[in-house]
Amino acid sequence: MKRLLIAITSLLIICAGLAFGSNELQKTTGDTGSKVLNLYNWGDYIDPSLITKFQKETGYHVNVETFDSNEAMYTKIKQGGTNYDLTVPSDYMVQKMKQDKLLIPLDKSQLTGISNYGQDYMNKTFDPGNKYSLPYFWGTLGIIYNDKYIKKGSIAHWNQLWDKKYKNRIMLIDSARDIMGLSLISMGKSVNTTNTADLKAAKRKLDKLAPNVKAVVADEIKMYMAEGEAPLAVDWSGEAAEMMSQNSHLHYVVPTEGSNMWFDNLVIPKTAKHFTAIYKFLNFMSEPENAAKNAEYIGYSTPNTKAFKLLPKQIQTDKQFYPDQQVIDRLQVYKNLSQQKVEQYNDLYLEFKMKH
Amino acid sequence: MQSKASKFGKFYLIFIFLLLYIPIAYLIIYSFSKGTTMANFHGFTLKHYQDLFADKRMLAIFLNTILIALLSSLISTIIGTIGAFAVHNARKRHTKQTLLSLNSILLVSPDVIIGASFLIFFTSLSVPLGFWSVLLSHIAFEIPIVLLMVLPRLNEMSPSLINAALDLGATPSQILSQIIIPYIQPGIIAGFFMAITYSLDDFAVTFFVTGNGFTTLSVEIYSRARQGIDLEINALSGIMFIFSLILVLVYYFIESHNVSKGRKKNRLEAVE
Amino acid sequence: MNKGTKAIFMTPYILWLGLFVIAPVGLIFYYSFFNVQGQFTLDNYRNFFASGTYLAMTANSVLYAFLITLIALLISYPMAYYISKLKHRDLWILLVILPTWINLLLKAYAFIGLLSRDGLVNNLSQFFGLGVHHMLFTNASFILVAAYIQIPFMILPIYNSLVDINGSFIRASHDLGATTYQTFTKIILPLTKPGIQSGVQIVFIPSLSLFMLSRLIGGNKIITLGTAVEEHFLTTMNWGMGSTIGVVLIISMVIVMLLTNTKKKKRGQLNAK
Repeated sequence: MKRLLIAITSLLIICAGLAFGSNELQKTTGDTGSKVLNLYNWGDYIDPSLITKFQKETGYHVNVETFDSNEAMYTKIKQGGTNYDLTVPSDYMVQKMKQDKLLIPLDKSQLTGISNYGQDYMNKTFDPGNKYSLPYFWGTLGIIYNDKYIKKGSIAHWNQLWDKKYKNRIMLIDSARDIMGLSLISMGKSVNTTNTADLKAAKRKLDKLAPNVKAVVADEIKMYMAEGEAPLAVDWSGEAAEMMSQNSHLHYVVPTEGSNMWFDNLVIPKTAKHFTAIYKFLNFMSEPENAAKNAEYIGYSTPNTKAFKLLPKQIQTDKQFYPDQQVIDRLQVYKNLSQQKVEQYNDLYLEFKMKH
Repeated sequence: MQSKASKFGKFYLIFIFLLLYIPIAYLIIYSFSKGTTMANFHGFTLKHYQDLFADKRMLAIFLNTILIALLSSLISTIIGTIGAFAVHNARKRHTKQTLLSLNSILLVSPDVIIGASFLIFFTSLSVPLGFWSVLLSHIAFEIPIVLLMVLPRLNEMSPSLINAALDLGATPSQILSQIIIPYIQPGIIAGFFMAITYSLDDFAVTFFVTGNGFTTLSVEIYSRARQGIDLEINALSGIMFIFSLILVLVYYFIESHNVSKGRKKNRLEAVE
Repeated sequence: MNKGTKAIFMTPYILWLGLFVIAPVGLIFYYSFFNVQGQFTLDNYRNFFASGTYLAMTANSVLYAFLITLIALLISYPMAYYISKLKHRDLWILLVILPTWINLLLKAYAFIGLLSRDGLVNNLSQFFGLGVHHMLFTNASFILVAAYIQIPFMILPIYNSLVDINGSFIRASHDLGATTYQTFTKIILPLTKPGIQSGVQIVFIPSLSLFMLSRLIGGNKIITLGTAVEEHFLTTMNWGMGSTIGVVLIISMVIVMLLTNTKKKKRGQLNAK
């Protein structure tokens, strides 16, 4: 009994030591304390050197936490118990968060770099007048292929994914709207359709794609494509850019039938607390020099026109990531759908995943 | 029972032990590789360990994980042992069965269910998600395994032992501290170590109930592993392995210590 | 000990039962009757049982868990048996437990490296002239990796029940002229049945919910019940449907438990006689 008590006490002492240690470590990284900014971002979606630069310039410490889908981010913020100062939803999610009163309006008087953004990326239907959001990046959804296994230039259509010769060869991005969307586009329908028959048909068509699908994942696709684990993938343009920088055999195609064009935006969720830091950060990211650096690092397309001009010529003219107007005209933007329809998209998508 | 294992047996043991340890060895070997992926060894370096020790966030997460494991195991061992007494002492068979079934619910439930239900529970009570929610969850899912480790020991204990002590005029607290606790101690220790195992190994429950920047290693590794192979994680597994080795040695030391003491006692009793 | 102190003594355990067992299960039941809009409905259950997809997914999930358990059992029983015969068996069993202290995700991560195109397994297979295989994101890899992770949890209870066998039974059996095989099937195997049972319980049920493995190793091509719950709770925010799947799981667990418990009771009665 005595030995047991000694054991318990020594364990408690060890625990106290651990708590103290981790607390001290967190203090030095600045996780606690008031001069902080809590950024809730997509995985690998900001150049780390910019964070260091920001911290040096302003003295604010940036804590980055990551998510891998709009829906997961929404759930975390809606459910509460968090203290994020800034997050990065896509277009339709901005609309949804706005509707659900999860966003704090921007104080335009504190924003210094708003004129750096191109008119094409401002005042979009998901946030008229940019009351709540500043554009961060934009991009497209497309097909990445490896020319070691697939003839260069031979991929141009969504329907080619269904080709029997690609059995167990395709990696898909794990995103309900994107995968349902590509099936809808391949049938000539809108990505925002609310017609149940169309949605069911799209899902039936996806079921036929199942044998060709190797995996339905997210960030991993980059690594696997770069290593040649699969010859084909459906992913976002910036992800493609990063893969291509690692493996020169990879190419990115926006299918001719059209695709999704999306806009990621910086917003202030209602959980925000550190407003000085927030505006410092927004202004910092709007500076052309920083935005250009970020765009070069991440590989997505920047909506900051002044930053665009600072990018190397070879990026500026890269049609894969800064497509011509005629391509852009074929692209569709996701709209926020009613809760019921969102549920239907999600359910059908989950059923597709279960069908394998 | 301790007759010698056959030749085939030895071969089989070695084979399975190799299988069990190859993935871990593989992880650790590549933590010393100069390359960036787990393919083709590129020469020896300690760079990834340096990176790891410079990564204060990772170190804080590491300490947090150990803290949660030790603290939750300690508390759950105490509560679980109490629970074992409750089940053992239940007079009615019906009560006993009900208690046992309730106890097993968390044990037999898949961890996503535990995670999901705790998430609902914490949000409906508006408990902020973070250290406390993770700690409470870990305590909660470790209690039943401790109980199951302690209960058989209690059941094995013959009532005559206690009756004899009572006849000799021992008080209940004496009986508890001098007879019962020493007798069930191996169960308690096993329960404690099982609880640590559960805690260190848990991912799903923590994944559901964590938030506010508080993460444990498994959640952190999950989000990093999805971004690709990062040999810093390999270095981390090297450290984790050494840490586990130390824990195992401690456990083995405690156990063998107990056993030798127990044997001595038995011998004495035999002499008497 | 009088009743009052006893009650205080038992409080933490009873509190735990109430707060962390009964309340969460109750909440899951409660939530399973609500849809995304927060209206009371039975649609979730209708959805689960009427649309074939959920039932098919459940069946698949159970099948995979069964295979994982079976493989783990087949590998673990001989392992536990031989370890129980070793001289320093306590040390060896600790070496079995040791890998469980390496985090599950680290092991999954190791397998990503091992099974990838340039990984060790493919290197070996090439060395033996067997060519390169796509092993990541296959059902077989998923099952084998899951079994690998579960093996220590299976070995432990079987080992414990083996060690608990009274040596005199075996000696008696040999003295009575039984062969080693007979001793094994007639004495050892029946006596270790409780160990096998709890091993199966410990392995089977978590195997239903290995959502991180089904993603990292299975590439989300295998959707287990766990993945479905995780999707509904953390991605689509359809807590109602997620809870419904949870309720179905809990009920089937309770049924399984009741079945095994009655068996145990019967055996206990026999022993008492």
